Amino acid sequence: MRASLFITCYNDTLYPETGKAVVTLLERLGVELDFNPRQTCCGQMHANTGFRGEAFSQAKRLIRLYQDTEAVVIPSSSCVAMIRDQYPILVEELGNENLRKQLEALLPRVYELSEFLIDRLGVEDVGAYFPHRVTYHSSCHGLRALNLGDRPFRLLSKVRGLEHIPLANADRCCGFGGTFSIKNAEVSSAMLAVKLQDVAATAAEYCTALDNSCLMHLGGAMHRQYAGMKTIHLAQILAATEALPAEVTL
Amino acid sequence: MSRAADNLVHLDPTVALPFPQAALPVLRNPQLRKNVAHAIDVIQAKRGKLVAEKTDWQQLRDAASAIRAHALDHLGFYLEQFEANCTAAGGHVHWATDTADARRIILDLLRQQNASEVIKIKTMTSAEIQLNPALEAAGVSVFETDLAEIILQLGEQEPSHIVVPALHVNRAQVREIFARTMGLKDLSDDPQALTAAARHYLRQKFLRVPTAISGANFLIAETGGVAIVESEGNGRMCLTLPRTMITLAGIEKVIPRFQDLEVMLQVLARSATGERMNPYTSLWTGVTPGDGPQNFHVVLLDNGRSSILARPRHRQTLQCIRCGACMNSCPVYRQTGGHAYGSVYPGPIGAILTPQLMQMHHAQSLPYASSLCGACYEVCPVKINIPEVLLELRSEVVNQERKQPTRFFDPLYIGLRIASLLFSRAWLFHAAQGFGRLGLRLFTRKDGWIHSLPSVGGKWTQTRDLRGLPSQPFHAWWAARQKEAK
Repeated sequence: MRASLFITCYNDTLYPETGKAVVTLLERLGVELDFNPRQTCCGQMHANTGFRGEAFSQAKRLIRLYQDTEAVVIPSSSCVAMIRDQYPILVEELGNENLRKQLEALLPRVYELSEFLIDRLGVEDVGAYFPHRVTYHSSCHGLRALNLGDRPFRLLSKVRGLEHIPLANADRCCGFGGTFSIKNAEVSSAMLAVKLQDVAATAAEYCTALDNSCLMHLGGAMHRQYAGMKTIHLAQILAATEALPAEVTL
Repeated sequence: MSRAADNLVHLDPTVALPFPQAALPVLRNPQLRKNVAHAIDVIQAKRGKLVAEKTDWQQLRDAASAIRAHALDHLGFYLEQFEANCTAAGGHVHWATDTADARRIILDLLRQQNASEVIKIKTMTSAEIQLNPALEAAGVSVFETDLAEIILQLGEQEPSHIVVPALHVNRAQVREIFARTMGLKDLSDDPQALTAAARHYLRQKFLRVPTAISGANFLIAETGGVAIVESEGNGRMCLTLPRTMITLAGIEKVIPRFQDLEVMLQVLARSATGERMNPYTSLWTGVTPGDGPQNFHVVLLDNGRSSILARPRHRQTLQCIRCGACMNSCPVYRQTGGHAYGSVYPGPIGAILTPQLMQMHHAQSLPYASSLCGACYEVCPVKINIPEVLLELRSEVVNQERKQPTRFFDPLYIGLRIASLLFSRAWLFHAAQGFGRLGLRLFTRKDGWIHSLPSVGGKWTQTRDLRGLPSQPFHAWWAARQKEAK
């Protein structure tokens, strides 16, 4: 099984440990992983802020970069949602027939990490060991755009030592929303405060998710408030074993 | 000036503050936020329960969406059919292109009746055209009859929700408004006492005022009939006692067949108030001798709707049946309530409808008043993909911005333009990561975290820290690993 890792621009820049964990995890499961060094960004930030032309340029770039891959794995559900939901609109509006065909061929081969594990590899028990209390934040894109359903919970349930503590109001947005957190910083912060109350009520040691963007938002506030809880991408939990515990920076 | 005058200003999109600023007073008002969150949590919970018991809910949504989309795709045909059937049944149909036109038509009709007073069934469309102040200015006294609208009218406040307009007001505040305006010093805040006070106030109006104004939930093309759903029966009173009824309805409210109500009423009641069926459903077709108003007019309002209709990806906005489920599910609305939207149509639907009704000349901050979480689309009974329309509108706002010289002073605009260039080549992106790491090192504390940033970064650090950039981005780690392997 071969797959190509699209790490996403912010994971590359801010969360390399998530990328390393995906590599560790997938190679352990026998996947032959490659990484195209020309990759940059899927264009979500531009598309969601209204910079459609710019988003299209990035979409075009990504579609061409991955046209020969067997599968593309992306450890970020919002970037997968961008590709699945917005690329067709962008390509229809600004692209040509050739690009539309390339996109059509690419879309079925694009996987969010938990989709890749469960739907493509058919594994739930990835042999992970993470002896901690963990709560899972369903990011909005994973929940509603990708309909990940119980995939993350099935993966978590097979991690040895892990105690999963359900999050109340799990379907409520954390308030990040990309540039929303800047353009509407005060409203975003108010939403974050509400989410943090629910997260804190779990008394978990870690809050995990399939999107580092939400975790950057939640973790940034936890650090500001000395909340005594950490954030960790699900890939890092799934990569962790007795021999090789998770790399948790800070 | 009265408080009413101030409030009118703030629900007029042509002069309303941008959403982020308009939200601030609410965010600093814990009582208001508590009222809003409590109210929508209650409705949401009821809705969730009643939707769950419908095993065919998704099929109902599909059907409701298809009915509305079909009606809009053939709107001209169905409106003319409605006009013909309504006229044949003894009603009179008037066409209003805009706000001024609609006000003039209604005022002319009232003058023909020598009406100095009107009673009203709750209608958001009349709020859209600011009908009450226009009528008052022309010397016509207006009396709202919907309980929530009475609270707002007497309290000189503006609606903050399309179904539950006084959602931001709690019981103690209602008591205060009633006690003050009705001269009931000893009124308690017991719900029964409050409704009794409202009933007493209303009965005088019902018995005295022979002219009524309503909106419409649905216009039925096949029969020329009008449907109104409500909870209190005060709308039914307005349809029983007055001699004249003037119905104001947006042109998008038409549905093809009477039978379509079977689907629409099911999804509307469950979505709007979390009820299997709404308490009062009134249907009337033209004029019936000896029963209800004998003089019946329908004013069909365009006011920007046909320009929305003309655009394929925007058209779905007009499918809305005004159930309010999108605002009840919206985590942004839950924090800000309705007034921050500066429009009588708040929440997610307001964020797409208002700027479009304004032909994108006003309310450009509203398409950004969303984290794009998609909760609104999930609950919408007619499946309006609100996030998709928000993105369409955002791109129109940016296209406007591209022509304005002020864009060079907007750090976010500049930042995104530069980022676009950086993402076009991996080496540029990687170089920028390096410069970014160096630049941010100035702000990174010993603990490895950034606590304070200048410019737009400060918007982030006002409530959150940011982890400093790691010394090695992922791609560099991968490259080093590949090299080692060789």
